[in-house]
Amino acid sequence: MSDSPDPVVARNPSETVARFEHHSRGTLDRVQHFLHRYPTMVPVIVLVLSVVAFGLISPNFFSAFNLSLILQQVAVVGTLAAAQSLVILTAGIDLSVGAVMVMVSVIMGKLSVDFGIPVPFSILIGLVCGAATGALNGALVTRLKLPPFITTLGTWNIFLALNYYLSNRETIRSQTLDAEAPLLKFFGERFNLGGAVLTYGVLLMILVFAVLWYALYHTAWGRRVYAVGDDPEAAALAGIQTNRVLMSVYMVSGVICALAAWSSIGRVGSVSPTSFFEANLESITAVVIGGISLFGGRGSILGPLIGALIVGVFNSGLRLAGVDVLWQLFATGWLIIIAVAIDQWIRKISS
Amino acid sequence: MTQPLLSARNLVKRYGRVTAMDHADFDLYPGEILAVIGDNGAGKSSLIKAISGAVQPDEGEIRLDGQPVSFASPLEARRAGIETVYQTLALSPALSISDNMFMGREIKRDGIMGKWFGMLDKPAMDAFSRQKLSELGLMTIQNINQPVETLSGGQRQGVAVARAAAFGSRVIILDEPTAALGVKESRRVLDLILDVRSRGIPIVLISHNMPHVFEVADRIHIHRLGRRLCVINPKEHTMSDAVAYMTGARVPEGVAA
Repeated sequence: MSDSPDPVVARNPSETVARFEHHSRGTLDRVQHFLHRYPTMVPVIVLVLSVVAFGLISPNFFSAFNLSLILQQVAVVGTLAAAQSLVILTAGIDLSVGAVMVMVSVIMGKLSVDFGIPVPFSILIGLVCGAATGALNGALVTRLKLPPFITTLGTWNIFLALNYYLSNRETIRSQTLDAEAPLLKFFGERFNLGGAVLTYGVLLMILVFAVLWYALYHTAWGRRVYAVGDDPEAAALAGIQTNRVLMSVYMVSGVICALAAWSSIGRVGSVSPTSFFEANLESITAVVIGGISLFGGRGSILGPLIGALIVGVFNSGLRLAGVDVLWQLFATGWLIIIAVAIDQWIRKISS
Repeated sequence: MTQPLLSARNLVKRYGRVTAMDHADFDLYPGEILAVIGDNGAGKSSLIKAISGAVQPDEGEIRLDGQPVSFASPLEARRAGIETVYQTLALSPALSISDNMFMGREIKRDGIMGKWFGMLDKPAMDAFSRQKLSELGLMTIQNINQPVETLSGGQRQGVAVARAAAFGSRVIILDEPTAALGVKESRRVLDLILDVRSRGIPIVLISHNMPHVFEVADRIHIHRLGRRLCVINPKEHTMSDAVAYMTGARVPEGVAA
């Protein structure tokens, strides 16, 4: 223990110190074990507390309209976070998700508007392109054994450049889409649900998370994704074809990015090659705040959904409270650091 | 004597100019515990890897039940009924005992959910895992869904051995199973090994721990300089004999120097 001359400790050193240590370890230990079992509880608690706090600060916050507005705002990044989660669960990271999304939205828009391809086919081609970008990332990671960070740093730039090339840096305007390809804006359409105004993009985000939750917890594929992220060598020795699992993860992630692309057209209302420039980092933020470990194999897929909502709640709450935008960034920054610190602490558990 | 269940003849494996296996032979008989010992670099791990499918020998022949076999991967050896418990155990720490038991050979549900949606039959997998663990006297583990990382070293070894015993119908290979364990936990693992043999499954035990080897092994295969030097009966030789043969300090009878 410390050698500071604390009078209380000095008088009765062994007893006081020992008792204190024992007590605190018991409670903390229980919390640590609880969070280890239910890693999503951290973001859930943060979300509930922040909703309550902002609700108390500004009465407008708590309206169904405002809450549904938050959902609309996080729909695109939330969907992208689902794609990001898969890769991070395998102890990777995908810096290219945002660029893939924007590039695919350009492909969908260009094919429909400039090339006159029927919109459903354009969307299908866009989804295939999403899978292809994932296949490229996956092949570089599994065949050339490049670190995912470097691989996707490279492909991020490549896809961004292709995006500018394909689009000519030109935006396809909202009116053009309305006239020639209204289906591309489908996920931006609104509907009422008991005072709340939701978009189909919100439903898409929830659907993507629901499907992933099922796949990760109730299929062999999902268990293998966790095993590969947890300890790839152990998984390989246990008979898992780790490269195949990784490849499938990157490809599924690419398809989800393409779905997010479709959703983003509805959200923005146009096809803009310069939109969502920070989407990749925002998706990582949602995943990390959602309690998925950057070291792989740990965390619930529902965490990033909550993580995205937390960021949305902070942004909306701080704006309604009339706080400068810079404090939204400030708050998000601390949330990331705290989330990772908690993850490190939980991971220390063993036997 | 009866026919060996698993045998190898003249295995050769070269890595560039290094010869890891130099015409190595190997025989495992039904129902026995065969210990494989040898100095570091003697090539015992290459031998074991060849048998478990992790390494493909350049020359030589492996026979299982008298039939020539060649394993392109550990997966193929596993399908043939040869299970290996690696020193690292090959368990995923964050996954549950049940998940680990079935890693790579999960059971799906009957009907549409299993066939079309790939839904796992978790109740069946949990029940099977629980049964296998209790068969090996490992029921101190209460919760089959607890993550493996919350188990002690001995319990983890137990799970890995139980996994091998549950699926390894023909042969189980154990690589240094007691190396990382304390005295008490080693004891339990040795009992576990004897228990597996009593159920008729032969075991290949690789170990540096002479007291453990001499306690459980029926025969001891001594590997030296990339090949089998000799096979001794632990009842007729002492530990210092074995160490002397292993290191080349002495040459066993009937072996040409």
